[in-house]
Amino acid sequence: MEEYGGGDLLNEAMGSGARVVVVEDCVEAPASFVLHLLLKRALAGGGAAAFLSLAQPFSHYDRVLRKMGCNLSLHRKGERLHFFELQAFPGGAREGAIANSFVRLYSEIQRVVEGNRTGENASQFTIIIDDVSLLEVAARGSVNDVLDFLHYCVTLTSEMQNCLLVILIHEDIYAGEENMGLLLHLRYIADLVIKAAPLSTGFAADVHGQLSVVNKGMLSEQRPKAQKVWNFHFKVKENGADFFYPGSRH
Amino acid sequence: MAEAAVRYLRDGRLEGEHAPALAVEGSLQCCPLAEGAMLHVAAGLASQIAAGKAQARGLVIVAFDRSPEVYLNFMRRRGLDSNVLDRWILDCYSDPLGWKQKIHSQCHQDNSGTQFSTSKENINVFRSVKDVNKLMCSSIELGGGFKGEGKRYFSIAVDSISSLLRHASVPSVSGLLSNLRSNDQVSSIVWLIHPDLHEPKVSRAVECLSTMVACVEPSLVDPVQGESPGNISFLEQNYSKGKFVVRLKRRNGRVKHLYEDLQVEGNDVKFVSAPSVSTEVNQSLLPKVQFNLELSEKERSDRANVVLPFEHQGNGEPIHIYDGRRSLPEAQRDPNFMPDLVNEIKASKSGPAKGEIHYIRDSDDEQPDSDEDPDDDLDI
Repeated sequence: MEEYGGGDLLNEAMGSGARVVVVEDCVEAPASFVLHLLLKRALAGGGAAAFLSLAQPFSHYDRVLRKMGCNLSLHRKGERLHFFELQAFPGGAREGAIANSFVRLYSEIQRVVEGNRTGENASQFTIIIDDVSLLEVAARGSVNDVLDFLHYCVTLTSEMQNCLLVILIHEDIYAGEENMGLLLHLRYIADLVIKAAPLSTGFAADVHGQLSVVNKGMLSEQRPKAQKVWNFHFKVKENGADFFYPGSRH
Repeated sequence: MAEAAVRYLRDGRLEGEHAPALAVEGSLQCCPLAEGAMLHVAAGLASQIAAGKAQARGLVIVAFDRSPEVYLNFMRRRGLDSNVLDRWILDCYSDPLGWKQKIHSQCHQDNSGTQFSTSKENINVFRSVKDVNKLMCSSIELGGGFKGEGKRYFSIAVDSISSLLRHASVPSVSGLLSNLRSNDQVSSIVWLIHPDLHEPKVSRAVECLSTMVACVEPSLVDPVQGESPGNISFLEQNYSKGKFVVRLKRRNGRVKHLYEDLQVEGNDVKFVSAPSVSTEVNQSLLPKVQFNLELSEKERSDRANVVLPFEHQGNGEPIHIYDGRRSLPEAQRDPNFMPDLVNEIKASKSGPAKGEIHYIRDSDDEQPDSDEDPDDDLDI
């Protein structure tokens, strides 16, 4: 059943071992609903989350998640949600200014992650970045600085138990470049890649697109024999999303 | 042949030569396999070192991409604990740019400028990856600390060069690899590189510094879409199985190719020997035409039954030359007919037991054009 509005298929495909999740989308099939679902799942499960937003202000997510049955303002007040509004990311033309801004941002994130650890039980901590393409813009195109920052976030997932990093990237921005820049690096770093794409047959009312989940099966994973590649359709609703295999809908 | 690669590394440097260097290459389509292959080779080298069979006394792992725990766990699963194997991990993963140290010192207002934190389990945290010289000095310093008699050789594994290339320029990375290879104490080097993250000339430049290249290739490539990384249809297959292609350049300049299949088994990778080289080469060389260019089973057995010239027929009869075109008696009667091998008839008839030709047939098992070195299996 869709307890957290997430749909069993996505949960099943994601499994539990992954630490770094990269969500790819495009204009025809935006995947921000995946971030909303993961945020709701993170908070509903008793855990905490840090949300780095460059795309939308807090009020937007508050509205969206409220329709999904999750009160972000309450969680923010209760210090279970740490919301970083980064639309005015400080950076300058000065050498190293961008790197310094990233160091400061990272130190904030590290502080909240460690702050969450002081409790007895290591509850799940989720860091969500929406989205890294805008982060690259904020860094004035310096891919190396962005990758350094992301690397440090990745180290948090390996040092702390139960820490998940979710990164959204717009795949169609990079499709034309040779080298594919940031996208290729992220695909290497990721344990799990969730890709939203439109249906090859075009737009439909009942099906908004297809989702591919690729589990890279890193050698440290606990369930090595599990299925690695999933593909199913999705439909975005006000209170969540439905996931189903093609043809199983009436 | 992963074992051949490990043996090559364990034998180390020869007198008067630079240290051998193995480059493991893998692109995104099979990156879990490439990482597994790298870990496998490093662990294989480590067990040879632990058993005392290698030139090196210890192994230094320079880790960029994975947390040190991953290597420790992998080694532990292979039975290589710290009390068995002398190794150091230069941890360039946890704090490569010193951010955490900076944050820590800002919080605690102390100015401890120590480069290395307390090393537990022989892990040294390295905090300035942009300084390649310092990286080299640290690696050599760690390598020089291994216990042992005689020359203190050590081996280095770098995981991965692609990450180092993000922080440092190509000339400085090339300089680092060259300097490590020429350093007296370095016995062998192995590194992992992802060619699709760099421009072709960069990966070529790094490849030139190696003496052996092992490419992990996907087992299935979509012929329509080619190697576009976004194509997921073969990913499930390509993440669990791949090809391991090794190119080794010998001292005399000859290049040897070895092939093996590679698959993921649980938490480990396994190497399975591929079908023989010549079959693979034949299959790829045959053009796609509408008629059959291959031999059927009957044709193969018929070919095997053909009597070769110079073969002793073993029953005391004079050797008959069969040139395969006409039956033998006809050929002898025809004055114009000059088969290539008619010399032997003349030779055996003319002189008394002079000018005999002894022909020893090549071994049937050995495929034509294979230049396998029979000494390769030696494990002294």
